Amino acid sequence: MRWLVNFILLALVVVAIGLWVTRPKTDDADLLAGLTADEAHGEEVFIASGCASCHMVEGATDEAKLVLAGGQSFPSQFGTFRAPNISTDAEAGIGDWEAIDLWNALHHGTSPDGSHYYPVLPYSAYIHLEPQDVVDLHAYMMTLPADATPSEPHDVPFPFSIRASLGGWKLLFLDDDWVMQGELSPELTRGRELVEAMGHCAECHTPRNLLGGHKTGAEWMSGAPNPAGRGTFPDLVTLDWSAGEIEEYLNSGFTPEFDSAGGHMALVVENFAQLTAEDRAAVAAYVKALPIQ
Amino acid sequence: MTMMKPLALGLATAALVAGAAIAESHAETPPAVGARKAQMQLYAFNLGTLGAMVQGNMDYDADAATAAAGNIVKLSTLAAGPMWAPGTGADAVEASRALPAIWENMDDVISKAMALNEAAMAMETAAAEGLEPLQAAMKDLGAACGACHKEYREPE
Ligand code: HEC
Ligand code: HEC
Ligand code: HEC
Repeated sequence: MRWLVNFILLALVVVAIGLWVTRPKTDDADLLAGLTADEAHGEEVFIASGCASCHMVEGATDEAKLVLAGGQSFPSQFGTFRAPNISTDAEAGIGDWEAIDLWNALHHGTSPDGSHYYPVLPYSAYIHLEPQDVVDLHAYMMTLPADATPSEPHDVPFPFSIRASLGGWKLLFLDDDWVMQGELSPELTRGRELVEAMGHCAECHTPRNLLGGHKTGAEWMSGAPNPAGRGTFPDLVTLDWSAGEIEEYLNSGFTPEFDSAGGHMALVVENFAQLTAEDRAAVAAYVKALPIQ
Repeated sequence: MTMMKPLALGLATAALVAGAAIAESHAETPPAVGARKAQMQLYAFNLGTLGAMVQGNMDYDADAATAAAGNIVKLSTLAAGPMWAPGTGADAVEASRALPAIWENMDDVISKAMALNEAAMAMETAAAEGLEPLQAAMKDLGAACGACHKEYREPE
């Protein structure tokens, strides 16, 4: 029997070390000290990052998109997630959050009470945001309306229902290195920021491995099945559209055949149509620079 | 807007006029589906002219631009009712991507069709004014097409 006791002790130690190594990370408020918030820039970050596309009420349009009451569902191979209320209501939403809480959520995927968020909140993209971006974003979000609708629970079966297990996922896949590396022109650098950090294009357009991590290299942005069942996320690597055609798509939603963007991409277009023509050109330049070598 | 009346009336009477008559066999594609797709293709064809100018693949030409935009306006005023006969949606017809929700929310579909009519008229005005106004109008026109596709067309 002695071996069994030893084995269990060893297993507990391994688990404890594992939990220690993969514990939710946070930064102190010092990180953001001295940064002054710029709400107008925060609005740009908010739009380019598509926060409302997920956190608005299903089907909301125009002004109603700014009521971030949550409730939309996101089916995945691990279960169905529901976007929480992130409006300025202090009870139901995040009205009582400081900028550092938002930083920890978006950069580390860690909640104020120190647990892991699911990567369906695309922090594997937002990890690339600068502290200044998050301070500005926070200031802007605090100007949005409050809504008291309580957040709905996720429908995620065991073992994925255990948030602690996400530490391992983060260890494997959460990386603050840019995917597109090397000497980049100012336009491509901006394009990379819009695509990899804010627009989280890879969340849809990049295939995933069995553990739900993005494939990189030549497979980055090479298209993926849609976990919601219908349709696929197109391959952007072999896309034969000109840069001008990609810009037009992001502006009006028109494809080169003058059909219009559908599915979730229509929401992305609604966001990118609000950015500047230079920004859309930067995104097009990034897409044209694929594949990643 | 005088043009909108026939449009709205046309769509609203869809259920009454065309109901049982056209919603017959599922094996063949009903003519209504072909007709509305043809209307959509004509939108796309005329947008091709405007798009070529916007993207700099064709020199700006006020007459050509106004003619193309004018066609889009006219197309958006066709009495559309019979083209959207009940029973011709994606749930019944293999070749269609029209979501059944269309027939449950006809009022909203009509308002989206009217929004397109307005955006098309704004484009017609802009197309005569110059390239920059034309470029700016493209966004709203695209949004009007997209708003209806987002709600009422099955993704590919
Ligand atoms: C793809 C959809 C999606 C996008 C885009 C998205 N979120 Fe979320 N967000 C979620 C989901 C789902 C959760 C729940 C995660 C969990 O419970 O682990 C979440 C959680 C959060 C939370 C935690 C709320 C709480 O009560 O703990 C905050 C804050 C948040 N998101 C803010 C943002 C901001 C800001 C942006 C834009 C920069 C954004 N989200 C973009 C889906 C999204
Ligand atoms: C929430 C999922 C999602 C996100 C995020 C997303 N896309 Fe898409 N994208 C799609 C879908 C779905 C389509 C197919 C649209 C259709 O069928 O009309 C698409 C289509 C496209 C197309 C047209 C390709 C083709 O072959 O038709 C381009 C270009 C594109 N996306 C670029 C981007 C860029 C750039 C970003 C980031 C700024 C992005 N997408 C973010 C889901 C997404
Ligand atoms: C009131 C709603 C509505 C508006 C407005 C609208 N569409 Fe459509 N469109 C549809 C629906 C529904 C379908 C799918 C029809 C089907 O498959 O039965 C469709 C299909 C299409 C198709 C594919 C046709 C085919 O051959 O399969 C194209 C192209 C298209 N639309 C272009 C446009 C353009 C361009 C505009 C704007 C100028 C536009 N649409 C405005 C509802 C709309």
